[in-house]
Amino acid sequence: MFNSLDQIFVTALHWLVSFVPEALRPLASSLVCIAFILSVFPGVFAITTIFERKGIGRIQNRYGPNRVGIPFTKIRLCGFGQFIPDGIKSLTKEDIVPRAADKIVHFLAPVVMLIPVMLAYAVLPFGKNMSVTDYDAGLLFFFAVGGAVELSVFMAGWSSRNKYSLLGAMRAIAQMVSYEIPLILSAVTVVMIVGSLNLSEIVKHQNQYTFGIAHWFVFTPWGLAGFILFFIASLAESNRTPFDLPEAESEIIAGYFTEYSGFKFALFFLGEYLGMFAIIGLGITLFLGGWTSPVSFLTWIPSYVWFLSKLMAIVFVFIWIRATLPRLRMDQLMNFAWKFMLPLALINILVAGIWHYLGADWQRWPVCAAIIFGAYAVLGRGLMHNQKLGKRIYRYAE
Amino acid sequence: MSSFFIITGVVTLLGAAFAMSLRNLVHCALAMAIAFSGVAALYLQLAAQFVGFAEILVYVGAIAILIVFAILLTRSGEAPEQSVLTSGWLAGIAVSALVFTVLGWAVLNSSAIPRQTSPAPVVTVKNIGDALMTKFVLPLEIIGLVLTIALIGAVLIALKEGSQSKADDEGLKMKKPSSSPSIPGSQFSTGGRP
Amino acid sequence: MTPLQTCLLVSALLFAIGFAGAVTRRHAILVLIGIELMLNAANLNFIAFWRFGPHPEALTGIMFVLFSMALAGAEAAVGLALVIAIYRHKKTSNLDEVKDLKG
Repeated sequence: MFNSLDQIFVTALHWLVSFVPEALRPLASSLVCIAFILSVFPGVFAITTIFERKGIGRIQNRYGPNRVGIPFTKIRLCGFGQFIPDGIKSLTKEDIVPRAADKIVHFLAPVVMLIPVMLAYAVLPFGKNMSVTDYDAGLLFFFAVGGAVELSVFMAGWSSRNKYSLLGAMRAIAQMVSYEIPLILSAVTVVMIVGSLNLSEIVKHQNQYTFGIAHWFVFTPWGLAGFILFFIASLAESNRTPFDLPEAESEIIAGYFTEYSGFKFALFFLGEYLGMFAIIGLGITLFLGGWTSPVSFLTWIPSYVWFLSKLMAIVFVFIWIRATLPRLRMDQLMNFAWKFMLPLALINILVAGIWHYLGADWQRWPVCAAIIFGAYAVLGRGLMHNQKLGKRIYRYAE
Repeated sequence: MSSFFIITGVVTLLGAAFAMSLRNLVHCALAMAIAFSGVAALYLQLAAQFVGFAEILVYVGAIAILIVFAILLTRSGEAPEQSVLTSGWLAGIAVSALVFTVLGWAVLNSSAIPRQTSPAPVVTVKNIGDALMTKFVLPLEIIGLVLTIALIGAVLIALKEGSQSKADDEGLKMKKPSSSPSIPGSQFSTGGRP
Repeated sequence: MTPLQTCLLVSALLFAIGFAGAVTRRHAILVLIGIELMLNAANLNFIAFWRFGPHPEALTGIMFVLFSMALAGAEAAVGLALVIAIYRHKKTSNLDEVKDLKG
């Protein structure tokens, strides 16, 4: 019974597609999958905006939006209906294009941002047998379309003919390019151990249980280091605090989407959040076991429920970090990527190789953990050596 | 050949033609990115999956961004006022037309081209990895060396000159004794409450 | 016209367009764009012959194209660094004006 509940979307897909003649079945199957992704993930986006505003509000000891229910009805939702008026507002606001702007490029930039981000969802396995396509090189496809987003950032910044937009776009591209390298290198460790770039294969590798605990890669030393590196790099790739210098309001107004209003701004916002979900989904697939459950006595919970809960848990951690940490300056950001994360990612690859070749004994755990911790301590101490942090000085208003 | 292939080919060629003929350089770079995506789509239709994805990653994700950065760093973002063509442009177009004619004639009339169409080969990433580690390991290592040399070389060539002479000036300035603190307010840095 | 001939004609036309641009335009970066298009045309040729040729399991076409892409990336980086260095020195990226040996 639980297996049929688990596979309910797959059986629904087969049932829907059976109405179509034989020749058109692949096309119909793709269309149904596309409709599924297009309806679920913008819904998750709407819920996330509400959780973000209320969550940041509570962390900052204030209420977030707490009045809006469903408009035109008397249903009270205490602020959880905020996304409906937000959506209507962004659809109906006036679309202002600067007079000197390059109109075609200005129009196409949000489109060019959304298309690769939506394409990235095609390889993520949302549940058992539930990935839209099963490419042999699925991970490479994900990183390839992730690289195409940078072009849209440049198009948005340059076509606005605004100094600050261009500056924000250049900073955003430099940041994205720099943090792509630790992102890809931390994913390479998983590929080394599994031996395949296929994401369903990677999840199958983590679907084994020892003493009731799953073989998630995050429970191994190199997997934990890799997951932390991937997490920090994905914060930087989605331009979230503490890496949101390119789009922070107090720094550069809104960076590369200063000159966008109305629906185009909503498209950029949607694209950014969808990109965040896609990269969190990839992190879950690579390190947190995808759709598998952590303990063997909870496998009766459907696989897509596990995926969605892990996604929302990591989104909550993203929101928590946004409310807590201050922003990094541009040079601090670049130093962090090139001098700290890149060497650690390379050492992580070495440690993953040592893990594989030490065989399946218990000795590999302390050896690998010691190497990673030693590298982290040496790099951390070495990089902080020249910076003298003085005693904290408090100046009060008198 | 399937119509999808013809459409992708036409899009690629149009992108390349626009990339070479527009006046505004940034538009040329964006048209070039379209041409690269078209070539990647052609690779995917020829059953070379890995190469298609690698093309998007390398060309659209990196080389197009590099060209765009170079356009901005050399201040070529505005439209040029004089002619964009060199002085011998007619000869150049004639030679390129001649090149295409010769290549097209060779393709259409050659007897060495295999006539029958074999089914699409199934190539997994594992095959490519095995080949890279056994038969092609020497080119792999050489490519690593070449990329390192190119990285160091590009940084050295584009490095700002005069950083050496600026460092000498700083050294001379530091040697002069300074009686008053050069940073205003540094006397107040030790206390909180007056 | 077999599929192989269609592919080869597309790649020949792409090469001719890249060549025409590299030879006729004045700006140094456009010459580099032309060179990249020519390299892509050659890679397309390799993949076409790999797909329709006699021994696709030997992976020679794919290997050649992968190494060619890596080299094209390295060459684009160095070429653009040179363009930036020349611009810094001569304040122009117009190839017609960069013709004196005296600095």
